Order: sequence, then C-alpha cells, then structure tokens
Amino acid sequence: MSNARAKSMRTPLGRVRNLGAAHSGTGDFWRQRITAVAMTLLIVPVVVVVIMLLGRNQAGAAQILGSLPIALIMLLFVVASCWHMKIGMQVIIEDYVHTESLKLIAIMANNFFAVTVAIASIYALIKLSTGV
Amino acid sequence: MILSIVHRATGVALYFGTLLLAWWLIAAASGPSAYSYVQGFMGSFLGRLIVFGYTWALLHHLLSGIRHFVWDLGYGFKPNERETLTWGALIGGITLTVLVWIVAYAVGGGR
Repeated sequence: MSNARAKSMRTPLGRVRNLGAAHSGTGDFWRQRITAVAMTLLIVPVVVVVIMLLGRNQAGAAQILGSLPIALIMLLFVVASCWHMKIGMQVIIEDYVHTESLKLIAIMANNFFAVTVAIASIYALIKLSTGV
Repeated sequence: MILSIVHRATGVALYFGTLLLAWWLIAAASGPSAYSYVQGFMGSFLGRLIVFGYTWALLHHLLSGIRHFVWDLGYGFKPNERETLTWGALIGGITLTVLVWIVAYAVGGGR
C-alpha cells in the first residue's frame, strides 16, 4: 500500500483543521473586521479629542493628551488603525505584486512600517501620560 | 463599482496619513518647538489641504467600510440597495467632512 494517501499519517479531517500548507485561514479577515468595528466606535471620541486640541499650544495639547481617558482612546485608536492598515496593505500587496521576492520585501516593509508607526505613537502617548 | 477602488485608494492614503498622526503625537511629546513646527505645517495652505483630504479619506473609508459590514452580514445586495449604500457612503463622507471642518473652525478657530 504505497499510494499517496499512505505517505501522510494525518487524517483528512486533521489536514482540514490545520488548514494544510497555508497554516492559517481567516484570522486576518476576522482581525480586520474587529479593528474596523473598534475604529467605528472610536471615531467620534477621536474626532472630539482632535478638535479639543486645535489652536492650543504644546503645553495645552500635552495636558489634554496626557489625561488617562484621552490617552486610552488614542492608544486604542492607534493600535486598531495600525493593525487594520497592516492587514489592508497586505491584501493589496498580495493582489497586485506577483513576483515572489518583491512580494516578500513589500510584506516585510509593510510590517515594519505599521509596527514602527504604532510603537512610535504609543511611546509618544506613554511619554505624554507619564511626563517623563 | 468605482467606489470599490476608492475604498482601497482611501485606505492607502490613510496608511501614509497615519504618519501625520504619529508625527503630531511625537511632536506633542517632544516639546514646544517641535509642536509649533507641526502646527505651522498643518496650519499652512498645503497642510490644511492635506489634513482636509485626510479627513475626507478617513470618513469616506469609514462609511464605505460600514457598507462592507452590511454586505458581510448578508444584506444590501439588491441593485437598488447597493446603489443606496454606495451613494450614501459617497455623499455622507463629503457631508461629514464639511461638518467636521465647520465644527473645527467654530471651536478651534477662536483659540
């Protein structure tokens, strides 16, 4: 019995459950929707915060951004948007870039960009909150 | 039909637009001179144009995204419903952008 099926010890169900060679399935699809819902809920508070800051100097802006509820709103928005935009850009790259090496570079650059923007913004918000 | 690619295009614009948000937050955390530099740029004609475009891209992408939620949930696929959702996102995005800027000028302009 040396046919193709006998080579794998995995059952068909096991292969389906583990999504085969792709290793992952709808995780990004789902996370994109979660972050979208998060931002839909956060958009009004974020716009209010931005309008509150208009025309103020750095001391005034820092004081507002440093208050706990506002810092939390901004943190959640930054995390949701960076995560969402990383997934969205990856979908675009996978749709339009078909050269394997270029695709890998683009996806890496996308990850670096999203993480850098997120960490930089988070660091700034933490600094504003703690006054370090 | 065309709105599908606009959703993507606004998404890409917002992708790079987050740099503005990050720059602004970092400047606020850095100190007065960095912050007044950002304010100077955002207050310039070009800066206002970019931020206006960012506002529209954000609000359009939001409403267009809600349209996708409706579709994800299995509703709104009839031709007239699709038209309504699409025009709603387009007109709603422009209207909300103008409204936000009116409020911004009314509140922030006085300071």
